[in-house]
Amino acid sequence: MEALKEQVEEKKKLVATLRNKPWRMKRRLDVLKEAQDFVEKFEGALGKGKGRRLYAFKVMMAKKFIKFKRDFENFKTACIPWERKIKDVESHFGSSVASYFIFLRWMYGLNMVLFGLMFGLVILPEVLMGLPYGTIARKTVPRAEQDTAMDYSVLFDFEGYCKYSILFYGFYNNEKQIGLLKFRLPLSYLLVGVGIFGYSLMVVIRTMARNANEGGDGADEGDFTFSWKMFTSWDYLIGNPETADNKYASITTSFKESIVDEQENQKDENIHLRRFLRVLANFLILCCLGGSGYLIYFVVKRSQDFADMDNADLSWFEKNEVEFVMSLLGLVCPPLFETIAELEDYHPRIALKWQLARIFALFLGNLYTFLFALFDEVNEKLEREKIIKNETELALAHYYANYSSFYNTTDVPPPNVHPADAIRGPCWETGVGIEFVKLIVSDVQVSYLTILIGDFLRAVIVRFLNYCWCWDLEAGFPSYGEFDISGNVLGLIFNQGMIWMGAFYAPGLVGVNLLRLLSSMYYQCWAVMSCNVPHERVFKASRSNNFYMGLLLLVLFLSLLPVVYTIMTLSPSFDCGPFSGQEKMYDVVMQAIDQDLPAFIGNIFTYATNPGLIIPGVLLMVLALYYLNAVSEGYQQANTDLKKKMQAARDEEKNRRNNKDSTNQVMKDLEDLLPNKSLIPRPIEEEPPLDVEKVSKPTKTKPGSSGNGVNLQKEVSLAAPNPRGPVTHGPGPRGGPPLNTRGPQPGPARGRGRGGHPRR
Amino acid sequence: MGNKQTIFTDEQLDAYQDCTFFTRKEILRLHGRYHELAPHLVPMDYTNEPDCKVPLSLIVNMPELKENPFRNRIVESFSEGGDGNLSFNEFVDMFSVLSEMAPRELKAIYAFKIYDFNVDNFLCKEDLEKTLNRLTKEELTPEEVELVCDKTIEEADLDGDNKLSFADFENMISRAPDFLSTFHIRI
Repeated sequence: MEALKEQVEEKKKLVATLRNKPWRMKRRLDVLKEAQDFVEKFEGALGKGKGRRLYAFKVMMAKKFIKFKRDFENFKTACIPWERKIKDVESHFGSSVASYFIFLRWMYGLNMVLFGLMFGLVILPEVLMGLPYGTIARKTVPRAEQDTAMDYSVLFDFEGYCKYSILFYGFYNNEKQIGLLKFRLPLSYLLVGVGIFGYSLMVVIRTMARNANEGGDGADEGDFTFSWKMFTSWDYLIGNPETADNKYASITTSFKESIVDEQENQKDENIHLRRFLRVLANFLILCCLGGSGYLIYFVVKRSQDFADMDNADLSWFEKNEVEFVMSLLGLVCPPLFETIAELEDYHPRIALKWQLARIFALFLGNLYTFLFALFDEVNEKLEREKIIKNETELALAHYYANYSSFYNTTDVPPPNVHPADAIRGPCWETGVGIEFVKLIVSDVQVSYLTILIGDFLRAVIVRFLNYCWCWDLEAGFPSYGEFDISGNVLGLIFNQGMIWMGAFYAPGLVGVNLLRLLSSMYYQCWAVMSCNVPHERVFKASRSNNFYMGLLLLVLFLSLLPVVYTIMTLSPSFDCGPFSGQEKMYDVVMQAIDQDLPAFIGNIFTYATNPGLIIPGVLLMVLALYYLNAVSEGYQQANTDLKKKMQAARDEEKNRRNNKDSTNQVMKDLEDLLPNKSLIPRPIEEEPPLDVEKVSKPTKTKPGSSGNGVNLQKEVSLAAPNPRGPVTHGPGPRGGPPLNTRGPQPGPARGRGRGGHPRR
Repeated sequence: MGNKQTIFTDEQLDAYQDCTFFTRKEILRLHGRYHELAPHLVPMDYTNEPDCKVPLSLIVNMPELKENPFRNRIVESFSEGGDGNLSFNEFVDMFSVLSEMAPRELKAIYAFKIYDFNVDNFLCKEDLEKTLNRLTKEELTPEEVELVCDKTIEEADLDGDNKLSFADFENMISRAPDFLSTFHIRI
């Protein structure tokens, strides 16, 4: 009974792994049918006795679940957009360019989920169940701005009606519970804001883990240069003749380079000059980075002064100075870094890594300088707010005093002020949100313009001016552009970082980003297919896809910091947003725990935040880190030892084979002397695994093939065991009387004496 | 599921989904592609499992395979008799192994078969020379070809027999970072 059950389980497992087996399709189909028939026949039989019905029910549920899973998988793959487009790009440009578009599509999926969260849990409740536009002060355009509120230029700056809409933080009301469902909007806002980071973190780490399994297990760079070039350089995705020609040329060049490297040592010319040049280059680049950081700080400070001046006096340029400067820096500096890097004279792959690191530092520096400048502004606004708050309280106190003294009652109705006329504080969160949205929009504009001018216009000029130009434009100077993979991927990563930072202050930002990614996909696909040419040399920045994922993770943490800082430290505006009136933003959570949840949960939280518990927890984590580090080092050591052993065994084998001729002759001579016995032990072959369960080392289906284990030949050494024939008969009888008196036959004694000589 | 199609029975489609990495829609699409290779040869109705094979010359003209220097070897490795004429089962098998979802071990097995030009279960020097010449369109000099093949054998050969057995090949290719992304055809 048990054996039968086991067999059924085995068959089921076989069916699950069937597609991984290297068999012919016909054989797979037959095995599948057989296994399915077997399972069906005996599954019913197994459910005998008491648990029969339950067993049958379980089996039926399992089957339904498998079918459901399969249908769901089918549905999921049917939903994946842009398959055709990506395939076109792949066949024209190879897998590395297409990897950018696959990354873009993944980003789009991530943003879609974030938008769903934000929209469903924050925007929609406020729109459906909250107070409509115009009812309270925070939701209304102030009287002073009302005539210009609908102007296109004002809307474009995200002032006017845009500022007082669901796009920004300031619109949301701080009522604890709204509508029929008693939806807790402030709590939901805070949790969604933090949940966005949590979800993104989970998804990025899951993708990294999945990619980590695919990447090679860290063989050294030089171990398999030629083998890898031979077997993995052709990109099977290529379907376009021009690309194929390009690929042949690049493979040939790459082989020639490796051959040259192999044949001669690179002569190291003046090493001092090279070092000096490298130091100089790094110094120049640091200057550039510092300069760009200072420029941004300066410009943001100036924009604060501009904000105080009257809007009408400023030109468009002055109003949008910050975004303009940031985008310009992002455009100009990377080529500048590349030109300076010419001084350094590195191998292209190393140069690419340096370039990426520098662009990363540039973007990071710019972003954080921008943030610091912004926070200065925020603090200033908070100061102003205090003054306004005092003013309003004073005005309110006056009003009450007047009213009660005039009408002589204590029951005073609230002042009847139209929402548009109410005094309002400078809502710093909305201000920050507006800055982020403007930054993203200008980023989009700049990148689209760059593609239009840098790629499209260039291609048009090269194509049409070529007929009447002195030198060949297509082969010579401008020629067609190549798609800058690393620049684009970094741009995408930083764009996402800005979204993460800004989503808390501008809930509509995620929706804007979704539109941006969608249009970006179509626009860039069109641009790449019509204006770019395939790369001549392809250097991947790293071995695995996890390089860019790692960058994304880093950016995620860096963008988490400002948001957490504001939640924990800065006090929210007193008259706008869902947290108005609280001391700190997280007070909403504390209130919810105190008032709405049962008492013991509050106790749990109080205990959990006790330093006496947290410090030992942190210590424990540090110890665990140390332990895991030690273990991993141990494994690495074992790994290198094994590699060394393998290398030694290989060398030994090679030596053996090279010397085989001389020893073989000796062996042959010896063999001739002994017709019956062969000295050389039979070569030991690994048993070809006949069991169909084993997936790792499958049997070959070709006829006449031997097992695919490594053929180990037993070493033929000269110190072979005694080359004497078997003793086929015992010693002859010696003499009568001694035998009799000696007792038992000396046979066994002889055997003992010789010690282990094989008797045939 | 909803759509009524008469090309395969439902059991056949389920069986194909179990035996390959494709979904139902992809299998039907594959059949469409197979049919358009030789419309007069390939029946639209596969419910009674007809036994027809599309010849090699038509398959290697598919846009996905047309530019591949190893297209003949690829199709031959997946055909029953090594002659390159594929039935629909073998056609689906080929694209399933070359798809994105196939695991590394499976791809390594078939890659070995493809590069083994003389079909002797070893990648000997002649196989390597042929591979190299196809890759570079014979732009390298004979000395360079010799050097590259010798270096390859030196790097990958573990048991010292001057040719690469499957174990050698697998050991080498399992560490290659680009293998999975280049040994991939999207259909």
